[in-house]
Formats: sequence, structure tokens, C-alpha cells
Amino acid sequence: MSERRYKSLLAILVWLVVLAVCLVAVVRARYTADLSAFLPSHPTPEQAVLIDQLKEGPASRLILVGLVADDHGSPAAIDLARLSKALAERLRNLRPLPGDKAAPYTSVNNGELVSSQRDQSVLFQYRYLLSPEVTPARFQPEGLRAALQDSLELLGSSAGLMLQPLLTRDPTAELVHLVEGMDSGGERTTVDGVWMSSDHRRAVLVAQTQADGSDLDAQQRAIEAIHQQFEQVSQQAGLKNARLVVSGPGVFATQSRHTIESEATRLSMIGAGIIITLLLSIYRSPRALLLGLLPMATGALAGIAAVSWGFGVVHGITLGFGITLIGEAVDYAIYLFVQGGGSEQGEGRASNFWPTVSLGVLTSVIGFASMLASGFPGLAQLGLFSIVGILSAALVTRWVLPHLIPKGFSIAPMPGLDARLTWVAARAPRLRWLAMVLLAGAVVVLFMHRDRLWSRELTSLSPITKEAQTLDMTLRADLGAPDVRYLGVIRAASMEAALQGAEQATQALAPLVESGMLLGVDSAARYLPSQAMQRQRQAALPDADTLRARFTQAAQDLPLKAEKFEAFFTEAAQARRLPLLTRADLNGSSLALGVDSLLMRQSGQWTALVGLRLPASDATGVPVLDAQLIRQRLTTAVKGGQVYFIDLKAESEKLYSDYLSEVLHLSMLGGLAILVLLGVVLRSPGRLLRVVTPLLLTVLIVSAGLVATGPPLTLFHLVGLLLIVAIGSNYALFFDQRAQAAIPSAAVLSSMVFANLTTVAGFGMLAWSQVPVLHAIGATVGPGAILALVLAAVLHRPEP
Amino acid sequence: MNLVSIERRCRWALNTVIFGLGIMVGGAVQAQDWGVDALMQLLAQTKSSRANFVEQKYLSAVEVPLESSGELVYQAPDRLEKRTLKPSLESLVLDKDVLLLERKGRKRSIPLQSYPEVGAFVESIRATLAGDRQALDQNYQVALEGKRDRWYLLLRPLQAKAAAMVSQVKFSGQRERVDTIEILQGNGDRSVMTITPAPAIPLSN
Repeated sequence: MSERRYKSLLAILVWLVVLAVCLVAVVRARYTADLSAFLPSHPTPEQAVLIDQLKEGPASRLILVGLVADDHGSPAAIDLARLSKALAERLRNLRPLPGDKAAPYTSVNNGELVSSQRDQSVLFQYRYLLSPEVTPARFQPEGLRAALQDSLELLGSSAGLMLQPLLTRDPTAELVHLVEGMDSGGERTTVDGVWMSSDHRRAVLVAQTQADGSDLDAQQRAIEAIHQQFEQVSQQAGLKNARLVVSGPGVFATQSRHTIESEATRLSMIGAGIIITLLLSIYRSPRALLLGLLPMATGALAGIAAVSWGFGVVHGITLGFGITLIGEAVDYAIYLFVQGGGSEQGEGRASNFWPTVSLGVLTSVIGFASMLASGFPGLAQLGLFSIVGILSAALVTRWVLPHLIPKGFSIAPMPGLDARLTWVAARAPRLRWLAMVLLAGAVVVLFMHRDRLWSRELTSLSPITKEAQTLDMTLRADLGAPDVRYLGVIRAASMEAALQGAEQATQALAPLVESGMLLGVDSAARYLPSQAMQRQRQAALPDADTLRARFTQAAQDLPLKAEKFEAFFTEAAQARRLPLLTRADLNGSSLALGVDSLLMRQSGQWTALVGLRLPASDATGVPVLDAQLIRQRLTTAVKGGQVYFIDLKAESEKLYSDYLSEVLHLSMLGGLAILVLLGVVLRSPGRLLRVVTPLLLTVLIVSAGLVATGPPLTLFHLVGLLLIVAIGSNYALFFDQRAQAAIPSAAVLSSMVFANLTTVAGFGMLAWSQVPVLHAIGATVGPGAILALVLAAVLHRPEP
Repeated sequence: MNLVSIERRCRWALNTVIFGLGIMVGGAVQAQDWGVDALMQLLAQTKSSRANFVEQKYLSAVEVPLESSGELVYQAPDRLEKRTLKPSLESLVLDKDVLLLERKGRKRSIPLQSYPEVGAFVESIRATLAGDRQALDQNYQVALEGKRDRWYLLLRPLQAKAAAMVSQVKFSGQRERVDTIEILQGNGDRSVMTITPAPAIPLSN
């Protein structure tokens, strides 16, 4: 056995072993598709709250359902209401779906009084433990007198009709106060007792899933259940024209997962089809085609394995886009086959391309390394995947592939093509003026857009379409449930401590509600006061005899017949020994929903949210809130845990701008590192300039084009620009490689054109995607790859 | 627990107020024969009016009637207002199909679609004002006593659910003017609203 044969066997063996190891890792890796890729790995406490809310907060479990009439208003509102009732009843009574332990929905609310009866009985029974008005002073003669006077005044008014029938049992009107306090001010439109949009074209329901928002499979099952049930009820009701729409975090998450999966699959299939056709027509050998794909396949496996080892979990996004990012690896095989010929000696039309390709690989690796350093797991994973993928693809191309090429394989030269390419390349520099004009135009465009180059909104990253976002906002508006913007967050070791914290916070903010700065404050303690608070209220209640005596005294010169109020005395006295209200007592009432959405257990700790309702601002949307004041009040008032005050909008915008500026900085560092690398290797400022100029021009012109024709740039465009540099550096280096020659050899030229065609086919397809990530990368890299090659040719200036 | 639904109380409140507002309207008409139809025609003539009211509520647990007073304003076709001045300020406005309640700085807007019974009720009032007696007959058993110069209109809800809250509404008046509205509740509580024409205040034109 010759030494070379031995070496080649060894290389193949090593490769196979590595491949097997990677394969095992890929099979055993844990995959996830939640939002975590977009969220920082080292969040601030405020960001942590935001993230918890997004991932598993009660809001993440809400599904908004709309039953929509068609353009002609058919079916009528009353039929939609009937449909809504039927659907709600079915959803409430669903059995656990296959794969789930519990029924998919913990509550389904459509405005019907199903829970309202239960609400009122809970409110009435526990009125003395729930009412913030219950203090010792209120049950002294003076306090009672004041309360009774208020009640008499209320009875005289139109609003007093609510109190009238309950007067003898609840003369201090605790129930009325409770109901008023819980009325959030946003009145919903209802038809036949069911929530309806104000134009009566949509009936709306809110369902809360059993599963966390981040459990996408369970969310998917729950959503499918709605669709199935709707099919059945609309058929039963014979209402053909009603349409079902669903929205909410779980819907968004499953939709975007589906879109990403299906689009990534569809577009990569089309892209792969084009690439394979191209390669087949060039190689004219299926075997060569398969061999040509080996480096990329190896790279993908190694990349996934590396991410699995490095991060413990592989994100769906990494899988979806990583393979696109290492598409460059296909080029290596093209360079090998076209430039390297069929033998390991690299004869034939060979040129010594390895140093050039290695340099190209290194620039790509440095580019991706800037993503690796990101604090956002999604980008970091993509960075690691791409680095490992590109490196292993290059290694396979260099050390394994040559041994697998059949003896005597060579790409038949295409003299016609070669001649034409040479002719074009030789004349390309005449278009230098055009490049300069484009550059000038690009600079002008970028300067004009300098203030809005980058999108500032987190939503620009979201894979959710505009229509879906609009639908969500419409349904929320129908429900009178605007997004909460300001939140106080209390974290404590126990549920009791969290509730006490919420009570302290509510008290601290009460003066601001009085002054009108806040419209109101919502917390779980309103529906479920802390045990301590309930005991305190019980202690404020006198026994029946004392109360009777005090009442008689208080009502002395009031026109009340004291003897009619026995029920009040006994019920108030009974409330002193009432078992304290617990979360379980609220089951089946909408109060439970109120508690669950504002109080939750997360990672062993209890979190209580305090929602601040603001007075409707005068359309200008200028924040009237003194955040500093509120933060200070909360911090001094809340004793039993940590307290944060969060402006959700500002926080999510900051999250994104942190994200963006970090990536911008890292990219600049990456660009600098590439410059240094090229400077060191090329060892000539002149050559460096020649290599860098076409890349820089490409980046500027493509950015200008994107900014001029579309919305502001996002992170994904930045990733695309990085890819342009990675791919384009190969072209620039090949042109530079034989700087003394007028133009590169025909083999080099044609290999570059082939490589370029596959790149444009692969990435260009992505530009048609609905998913912002895919679209951004495609729209950047597709035109960028062509431009990089053309500019490399146009700006090529042979050394004298 | 025999807890009366808050929701139902609200509806009842709306019913009575709206009904009261609706019927106080008057106008001159020459009818051939006296009867419900003639009365309807008479009432439908008025396009806008203003009156003072005094309302007395007799509650079983309260020794004296609770009295409130203020003014009522009607503007055709669909704006009715009850402004209570004593004992405390309160304003109740029905504008098209939204009811606005303002009391102690708290405003509540109640769309009538939220209360379908009231919504239907309001429609029947409006239909009545327009001379459409059929609509009234749909919800009430209607009886008229007396003469044109002193008449009594008695409405009893046809539906048991409504009757549990309001067992009877009794209007009295002379010609196109409504004098009193007496509402009898299912539980025996009772309220009487006495309406007197406001001194002719020139409207702001």
C-alpha cells in the first residue's frame, strides 16, 4: 500500500468517524422553537420579567377568538352571538386532547353570565374580607353613620337601584363598592349577552389555555381544537358565512413556527433544485454532484453537533437558517472541481487556489465570530454553527474530497464560455465610472436616511405578519383590553408575601389615583387579599350585638328602620369567622382569571403584577406618567420582596436597541479583524485596498438600495451584509490572486461564475419569503453576491 | 342565596328611567276618538321639551320616602336627559343608544346593546313616540283609563322575567302632558315621579 493511498484512507476514516459522532450528537440533541433565541441570555431584572411574561406569563396563554361576518354583514349579530355561545360551551367542556393531561382550556369567556352568577355569589359572601373599605373606624358609630348616609344618598339616585334590594343585608354598600372598583372603565359592547365588536360584525371570545405559551405543541393542539369545534357548531347552526379568526401569543408562536418551517423547507427545496440543476449541467456527473454536496452536508452535521454541545439545546432558527449561511460551502467544491481538476496533484486547468480559498474561509469565520460573541442565543448559535460548518466543509473539501473524486474526473472545459467570460472580464474595468456613480448615489441615499437606517422596534424582528398584528389589535380593541404598558412587579418567596407586596404597592399608589395621575391600579390582591389583610378586616368587624347597638346609635336620626337590618348584623358577625378566602374558592369565577393573570409562580418564586391604568391621553400619546416618582413610591412601600417598575414598551425597545447596537459593534470589530487578517496575509496596502474596495462598495450600494426601497434595516440585514463580505471576499481574492495578470484564468473565472450562480439561486429564493428574517437575508445577499462579483471584475486593476 | 342579580337591577334602572323620559313628552293633536292610539299620536307630536321632576322612592327599610329632584330634557328624536340636582348632582343621558351616567366625578358609559332587554325597550318607547303602538304591545299589556283631560296609562310587562323586577308602570297626565310616573317593583318598593312643566326658558337660539 502506497503512502499516499494510506494517507487518503486515513483521511476518509477520520472523516467517517467524525461524521458518525456528529450524527449521534444530532440525533440526541435537544431542539426548541420558543422565543428564547430572541431574548438576551443575561437579562436585567426588568428584562427577566418581560421575558417571563412572554414565555409563560398568563398573557402568553390567552387566545383571542373572533367569529366574523362577511362583508355584507351576514350572518347577523344575533346569529354570531348564538354561535359564540355554542362554541364557548363546547370549548369549556372539552376533554383532554391526546397528548395532554388536562383539558386544553382553563377558562373560556365570551361575556355570558356563566361566571357572573358565581362572581356575584363570591363577592357577596366574602364582601367584608374583600372590601378595602372595611376598617375598624367604619364599624364605629361615626363610621357607620357616614356609610349609611352615603347609602341613603345612593338610594335616592338612579345608580342606587343596584343597592336597593340588598339594603337590609348590606347597608354600607360593600358590594357596590367592590363592583365599582372592579369595573375597569372599558365597557365592552355586547349583543344578546355576548361580547361583540362595536360594528356588530365580530363576536369575540377569550380562552386561556392550560399549557404555557412556550409549549408550542400543546398550543397547536388547543388552537386546532377551536377550529374543529367551530366547524361543527357552524355546521349545526347552518351559518356558512361566519369565519373564524384566532390570535394571541400562542397563535403567533405556532403560526410563525409553521411559516418558518414550511417556507424554509419550500424555499430551500426550490433553491436546492436550482443549485442541483446548475451543478449537474456543469459537472455532468451525478456522482460529482453528490460529492460536491458532501462538504456542506458534513458542515451542517458538524454545526448542529457543535451547537448542541456548546449550548445544550439547538434552536429551530439555527436549523432553519444555518444551512443557508453555510451555503458558501458548495462553492468550495466548485472551486476544487473546476479549478483543481480531477487529480490530487491539481493538474489540468489547475491553479493554486487553496491559499485563496483558505483566506476566504478565514474571513467568513471571522465574520461569523462576531455573531458568536453576541449576548443573544439565537445569533450566537448561528455564529457557532456557521464557523464550525464552514471550517469542516473546507477541511472535507481539502482533505477528503480529492480522494473520493473518481480517477480521471474532470470538468470538461467549455471553451465558448471561457472565451466569453474572458472577453467580459477584460472589458469590465471600462465600467469603473458606473461603479463610482453607484457609489456616489449610495452615499447620498445613506446620508439622506442617516436617521432612520435602522429599525428601532422589536417587532421588526418578529416573524409575525402585519395582518396578524392588525387582527390581534382589532380583537383586543373589541374586548376593550388595551395592552398594559406600565407594570409594577413584586417578587417574593411566598404567595402571601407577594400579595402583601401588591397591597402595599396599591396603597402607595392610592394618592396618585386620587390626584387623577392614574386611572386605577389592578392587582391580584383586589380579588384575593392576602391572608393577613383578610384577618385584619375580620378583626375590624364587631359581633352582632355590638354592631346592632352601634347601628342603632348611628341610625338615630337617619330614616332607617333598625329592626329591618338583622340580616346585616348576623352576616357581618359571621364574616368574622368565615374561613379565609383562598384561590380555590374563586374557581369558576372570573375573579380567578383576575388573580391568575396578576399573580404567578415562576421558578420557585411568586410574582405579583401591579398594573397601572392611565387616563386616556389626548391622542398625542405623550406619557403623562412620572416613572421616577412611581418607582420611588413602590420601592419605599413594598417590604416583603423585590420590587420593580417596568415600562414594557420602553423596555422592549431598549432590549432591541441593545441587541442592535451590540451586533453593530461586533460587526465593526469583525470587519476590522477581517481587514487586519487580509493586511497580514496580503502584506501590501495596495493589494489590501484592491481586495477591500469592491467589498466595501458592495456593502454600501446594497444597503442604500435596501434603505431606498424598503423599510429601515434590521439585524437580519446586518447578518446579510456580513454574508456578502464572507462570500464576496472569495471573488475579490481570486481577482487579486494573479494581480499581475490582466484577468484571472478562464478556469477561475468560470468557477467564480458557477459559485455565484448557486449563491444567488440559494439566497435569491429567500427574498420571496414572508418571514422577515428570510426575506431580509435573501434580499441582501442575493443582489449583494452578484454585485460583489461584478464589482470585483470592474474594479480589477492589474499591477503595472 | 336569594341574591338579586346586579345586572338585572341595572336593566331595571334603565328601563324605568328611559320609560319615564320617553313618556313625558307631549304635544297637541286633534284625535277623533279617545284611545291608546289617540294618546300615542298626541304624545308623538312634541319634538322637544323641558320639565322639572320630583321623584319619591318608598322603600320598605326606610322610614321616609327618599326624595330627589331635578330636570328632564327631551330632544327628538333620540336624546333624553335626566339631571338630578338634589340631593346630589347626577346626570343620566340617553344619547342614541348609549346611556351615560355621571355621578361624583365618575362617568360610566353603558351601550344599550349590552342590555338587550333595555335596548328592545328603548326601541319600543321610540316606536311609541313615533306613533307605532305595535311595538309597545310587544312588551306590555297596555290599558288606558280616563279621558283626554285626565288619563291613566297602565303598562304591565308581558314577560315574567321583566315582571319580577317591575310589576307595573302607571302614567297619568292631561292631554299631551305627562304628570306622574309611578313604578311598582316586584318586591313592593315603589317610586313616584311628579313632572311639572319647566317655566318657559327660552332655548339658546
